[in-house]
Amino acid sequence: MTQYATDFSRTRIRSSARAVAVLSLGPLVIVAGIVWAFVQPWRVTLLHPYDQGFWWLAVEPPLLVILAGVLFHAFVARPLVEDLEEPG
Amino acid sequence: MQPPAEHVHWLFATGVLFVGLLLLAEAIVGREVWGRRRWRAYLWPALVFGLGVLMWPVMVFYTNSTVHMLAHSAWAQTMMLAGAAELGLVSGKLKNEAWRLCVPLMLAVSGAAFLIHEANPWLYSRSAFVHHACGWILLLGALFPLGAAFKPRSWVYAGGYAIVIVAISIALFSSRDVAPVFGHLDPSAGVQHR
Repeated sequence: MTQYATDFSRTRIRSSARAVAVLSLGPLVIVAGIVWAFVQPWRVTLLHPYDQGFWWLAVEPPLLVILAGVLFHAFVARPLVEDLEEPG
Repeated sequence: MQPPAEHVHWLFATGVLFVGLLLLAEAIVGREVWGRRRWRAYLWPALVFGLGVLMWPVMVFYTNSTVHMLAHSAWAQTMMLAGAAELGLVSGKLKNEAWRLCVPLMLAVSGAAFLIHEANPWLYSRSAFVHHACGWILLLGALFPLGAAFKPRSWVYAGGYAIVIVAISIALFSSRDVAPVFGHLDPSAGVQHR
């Protein structure tokens, strides 16, 4: 293997490792939110919406965590990985 | 119609979590790749600025004490300053890299405000614990963006800063108005909520 090919493949491996790291952030956060919803189901008031006040229905922390993960993955992580894999 | 304080903490925690994710991603790919799309470079500074703006209603409506109001207004001001400074640097309107010091200033002021406005000891209640924990995480965590201001390419400083912000969001998500911490709840704190 030539020096150029070795350098190129090292750069590709580094880029793909970083791409995996970026792409795993959103799913990790989503999984954390789902686990939280299972551990404390009373925090997800959509499951039992009767007699809940407005704020308890509007602000459900496990769902907010999942939402943050989904938005990050869809709108930030994916385009970022496209840019990462494009030659500078 | 005013939300309970814990709900406000959770809403801010969501915003802070998103900022933390953006910072983590930036730390992983590096500033050069992060800045390849212009809009992306504006994301977290704009969010920090926006969170600073949203801190003003908190200051106005949650007036438990004078020190609470002062703490919230100090956060609002330093968050807006840090966000605006980063926006200025990203847009090229600010040239001096010393403006990056606004971020560690924001963390240090926020940490000090958390510690000063919490009158109760660590194990008084969950809320007291969260305030102490956030205060120290922010105060010590300010060293990471301080280092990053001088060594912007350092992964340790950029990653450390991102992890500090994610840790703050976790602490804020664990905040409750009245709840025990490690089995401790002072009787004077009131009756435990759900």
